[in-house]
Amino acid sequence: MYRYDHYDHQMLADRIAQFRDQTRRFLEGKLSDAEFLPLRLQNGLYVQRLAPMLRVAIPYGMLSSAQMRKLAFIADQFDKGYGHLTTRQNIQFNWPALADVPDILAHLAEVEMHAIQTSGNCIRNTTTDQFAGVSVDEVEDARAYCEIIRQWSTFHPEFAFLPRKFKIAVCGTRQDQAATQVHDIGLYLLKNEHNEIGFRVLVGGGLGRTPVIGSEIKAFLPQEHLLTYLDAILRVYNREGRRDNKYKARIKILVKETGVSDFRDKVEYEWMLLKDGPLTLTSVEVERCRAFFHDPQYKSLPSHSNDLEAALNTDVLFSAWYEQNISEHKKPGYAIVTVCVKKTGFAPGDLDSDQMRFIADLSERYSFGEMRITHTQNLVLADVEKSKLYDLWRDLKTRDLEADNLGLLSDMICCPGGDFCSLANAKSIPVAEAIQRRFSVSQLRDIGQLSLNISGCMNACGHHHVGNIGILGVDKKGEEYFQISLGGSADHNTSLGKIVGPSFSQDEVPDVIEKIVTVYQQHKASGESFLHTYNRLGMDPFKEALYGIKADEHQTD
Amino acid sequence: MESRQMSIRLIKHGTLVPDTWVLIKSADELENLEKRSSEDLIVPLALWLTEQQSIASRQGQTAVWLNSNELPEAIAGYLDRLPLVALNFPEFKDGRPYSSARELRQRWGYQGEIRAVGDVLRDQLFFMKRCGFDAFLLREDQNPDAALTAFHDFQDAYQPGVIQPLPLFRRR
Repeated sequence: MYRYDHYDHQMLADRIAQFRDQTRRFLEGKLSDAEFLPLRLQNGLYVQRLAPMLRVAIPYGMLSSAQMRKLAFIADQFDKGYGHLTTRQNIQFNWPALADVPDILAHLAEVEMHAIQTSGNCIRNTTTDQFAGVSVDEVEDARAYCEIIRQWSTFHPEFAFLPRKFKIAVCGTRQDQAATQVHDIGLYLLKNEHNEIGFRVLVGGGLGRTPVIGSEIKAFLPQEHLLTYLDAILRVYNREGRRDNKYKARIKILVKETGVSDFRDKVEYEWMLLKDGPLTLTSVEVERCRAFFHDPQYKSLPSHSNDLEAALNTDVLFSAWYEQNISEHKKPGYAIVTVCVKKTGFAPGDLDSDQMRFIADLSERYSFGEMRITHTQNLVLADVEKSKLYDLWRDLKTRDLEADNLGLLSDMICCPGGDFCSLANAKSIPVAEAIQRRFSVSQLRDIGQLSLNISGCMNACGHHHVGNIGILGVDKKGEEYFQISLGGSADHNTSLGKIVGPSFSQDEVPDVIEKIVTVYQQHKASGESFLHTYNRLGMDPFKEALYGIKADEHQTD
Repeated sequence: MESRQMSIRLIKHGTLVPDTWVLIKSADELENLEKRSSEDLIVPLALWLTEQQSIASRQGQTAVWLNSNELPEAIAGYLDRLPLVALNFPEFKDGRPYSSARELRQRWGYQGEIRAVGDVLRDQLFFMKRCGFDAFLLREDQNPDAALTAFHDFQDAYQPGVIQPLPLFRRR
């Protein structure tokens, strides 16, 4: 993991002192609401429906046991004993008092954490695939580059007041679990024919009101040019992105209105000025950052574990969990474990402080003291010996963390929704729970891998556009309704879901999901995924099942 | 004559200094070019571009200010005779002047004064300075002494900037 040196520590200390002073001035009435707003947002602080909400950055999802324990401490000391994992690999606290926030930031700084630029119209937390560094199909570990981008973007003097928020993802795995193509900038790590590292650069992707898949503007950017090229893109966006309408202010709209080719030319023009300048990455810096992400002290293990085999043969529940939640590790004898934080009856992504401390303990016992947060709001123990999986599972069971629904319909992405968020049109958590309750464990298994994403409003924090099934909360004359879309996907072949038809009331949603699943099960070939089946069938059979009539007779709202 | 006592709210070289320039806000104030012939004026871009002749005949110095939607390219040909370029923040959340300042310094090699005017608040001064601004006309309600401390909010920065042209990774 990256470790701070005295520069990094000083930067945080200065930031906390600055924010302490800003908070004091605000509380004394010397800073207006409007002036304090962007300052607090750039420290992760929203004012929400019930209380302020503090979003703490977990850079590219990596967390040490000491950091996790500190989050548990903050949850207990300043919140109501829990936190919420977000789709940007961050964690949110829903109940801190405004006056306490500088102290919370000071506590975070002790463990090299912060809330810098977790909201506001600036460059946000850079995300990556949660299997970075351990995946079998990796081109290159993205985390060193994420850290390089984190530092470049932190307090960037030119880009603190962009037209709108700005999100970057870096992906080095072939599978892409980072939703890279729906980011303002998506970077795919590549190697060219000379085995040199570089990036394929996508720009202008995003979800929200106008979902767009990013467009390639550079097929291969040699790694030393990473930061100058990012500077160039951001400068074009800062100068030319729309500021007259917040819904048209994201870079995706600029790229669309400018045209990809002209946009590329503008970036190149700016880049010529910056290229080979002082921001050009040195091999020393790349190596310095990569060194933080070297492999831990793996044992030399056989790829087969008799202990594991025996447990799988005797314990059906363990075996079910193993099937669902374990992924292949690059090292023989090791496995990647995803701890699914989506147990029915618990808000998706919520972790209480006991669970936090417990997982911190487990990470030390089983996985070199590190864990990761996924953009699907789950946790990963990335380096577990296969022979210890059964022990780990039994430990997880003691704290309700043994959910074996990873990747299944009930493993939903779900935003906090109208229960907490002041932007939401609808409550998403009760809908998630009603759907989870509708399907039995065996039904879920039968249905297989299917992503269901729920957003409480069109800001799309729950990534509904890229769920195989997407659910969006809408306001219909003051009542909460839910619009259903089908066919979304966030992987390497990203696609955006299409709206099925008129929206449904909250009570109807579980029935609707069941009908959709039934159509899938009736038509699927053996082993065929939902997405593939949908793409083959098209929308009509689903429409018929939901509305009982031919598709085109119905209006979409 | 105006007899109003102007409070000092211009920061240059780390101290508060009296402002010797008069900001002409709108191009409609064309008559000021003649009326205030001996004074040093900062005129809007539109006036600068159309009134080169009358500007040349003035006694006092003339500078230009750009609004946030006006690009430095527009004055690139004049920079060698501009002692000062002011960049206006219509509101502090409008981040375009940061890029304009950097372009002026980086692309056009401008060495004269770059002055922040408009919604210039204490909490943005440090960013402005790093982007190449070297004069700051604070919004009227700002406490000038408190604002002076804002330049020292951070001891260092990761990125290259005007104060430190090398990024941290080339120095650590």
